[in-house]
Amino acid sequence: MGLVMDGRVWVFGDHINTDLMCPGAYQWGTWEEIRPHVLEACNPRFPKEVGPGDVIIAGRNFGCGSSREKAPKNLKHLGIRCVVAESFGRLFFRNCIAIGLPILPCGNVASRFETGDRARIDVEQAVVENCTRGLRLTAEPLSREMIDTLREGGIIALLRK
Amino acid sequence: MGMTMAEKVLERAGGKAPVRAGQYITAKPDLVFMGDGLADVYTILQEANVGSIWDASKVVSLMDHAVPSPTIGLAEKYKTIRTAVRELGIATAYGERVGICHQALPEKGHVIPGEFILGLDSHSTTHGAFGAASTAIGYTEMAYVLKTGALWVRVPETIKFNILGELSPRVMSKDVLLHIAGRYSVEVAQYKAIEFTGPTARGMSVAGRMTMSNMGVELGAKFAFFEADEKTLAFLRQRTQRPVGLFGADADARYESVHEVDVSALEPQVSLPHRVDNVAPISAIGNIKIDQAFLGSCTNARTEDLEVAAGILEGRHIHRDVRMLVIPASWEVYTEAMRKGLMEIFIRAGALIGTPGCGPCCGTHQGILAGGERCIGSHNRNFKGRMGSNDAEVYLASPATVAASAIEGCIADPRTY
Ligand code: SF4
Repeated sequence: MGLVMDGRVWVFGDHINTDLMCPGAYQWGTWEEIRPHVLEACNPRFPKEVGPGDVIIAGRNFGCGSSREKAPKNLKHLGIRCVVAESFGRLFFRNCIAIGLPILPCGNVASRFETGDRARIDVEQAVVENCTRGLRLTAEPLSREMIDTLREGGIIALLRK
Repeated sequence: MGMTMAEKVLERAGGKAPVRAGQYITAKPDLVFMGDGLADVYTILQEANVGSIWDASKVVSLMDHAVPSPTIGLAEKYKTIRTAVRELGIATAYGERVGICHQALPEKGHVIPGEFILGLDSHSTTHGAFGAASTAIGYTEMAYVLKTGALWVRVPETIKFNILGELSPRVMSKDVLLHIAGRYSVEVAQYKAIEFTGPTARGMSVAGRMTMSNMGVELGAKFAFFEADEKTLAFLRQRTQRPVGLFGADADARYESVHEVDVSALEPQVSLPHRVDNVAPISAIGNIKIDQAFLGSCTNARTEDLEVAAGILEGRHIHRDVRMLVIPASWEVYTEAMRKGLMEIFIRAGALIGTPGCGPCCGTHQGILAGGERCIGSHNRNFKGRMGSNDAEVYLASPATVAASAIEGCIADPRTY
């Protein structure tokens, strides 16, 4: 999988927990049942308008809370290509690498973007650019193993080997 | 240079090469446990054509998040778990006859001080109360662990909370933890380990320590330790044939930071919507009417918690506008509470009693909140929408505060009882 992407941005704040990405009342339902509620409580437009190739830019502690792996999987199903945040809940971070959803920690990133901007993200080089505003930010690089796992598309591919 | 508890456990689990905080290692868990997520893990194993697992004797399975199942979808999930247990040869499978994983695991003697434990549920940090390095991973990573018996781990830095001072009557370990969250935030231990130490931590009961370690994850922690002392061993020795010993950090271990928390003047604490660190002392809480009071979850539904609540509810009635749910954390707790007459007190006071399990804590079944409703609970998360409607509000407090509030119909100070 290529780890450079270019996409439309959705901006979220601090402490967005996994319940918000996968509410308990719907988490065991079908994809059709869950889909309208993914991050609905943070931005009602998000589940309606998000599309393939979009990226999420967020503040601190993104994905805190429950271990529910469905949270990043729901984002992936919606077509989210990458999540950049100032910091991550540790379980969400691990789960993203495991399921092959590219992720990148980058300080002060949330204030540099607005929803609707275009971002170019190079996960391997740890660079985040706001193409709309002409800004370039340096992110914290992932480890070699994490990048390799993301390239494979996640752990399942490794398990099959 | 001395080592922290996290460093000691991971050095052994990583194959004995010296480790230091910050290092990435591959570690072998001594135990893995799975609640309802085993269904998903099994599906992933099948997708990846993995037929057999590394060591079925190190795996514990049980069902807790929605027993008995409230929907067809969940019933199917539980059916898949039964199949998985059979096909993978998991001998230690309790089904729905044990309670919440974090309570059942130590009760059944699976938690050993100094061991490395991986669970599927974020509150796996609970077992740190016994000196175990216990944390959660997701389904896909669990599938990987089941196949290979190993996982990458970053050896965490450790922060220490040195807890001093005597707690006032009706102030519980839950209040201490909520106070720490309010003062230091839900990020204070992000990616790190916690050690709770000091005279007040040592003085806490095993149940009180479990509450603190349980909510360690709400401070962001990977592990949340107490030293394994004589109290820990007295609890575990009746429950396991395996050798258990004292376990703690070296006196000269290196900590990223040390925080002193004096609790001698601490009031009961309440965490307000929608974040765990949005905490205020009870005296600063105005008149907040409630619709539901929940005494349950892996945080605060042990015998000691039920005793405190029953002590307040005995001979009294739950407010007519409040529904109170009491759900013991495990079958062992339930049986003990029956024997002590606590369940009768709850029923006479007008509480609804549920089968041991997670109940409404994660909004999957029982006690789901309608729009505009307010719940005060002894559990651990008050996120928006977690217990039902996005327009509901959840407040977190100790079992004592939950019981007092159930009587008064609004958030109430338990010290007047
Ligand atoms: S009681 Fe609540 S927090 Fe504990 S394991 Fe169950 S759902 Fe999770």
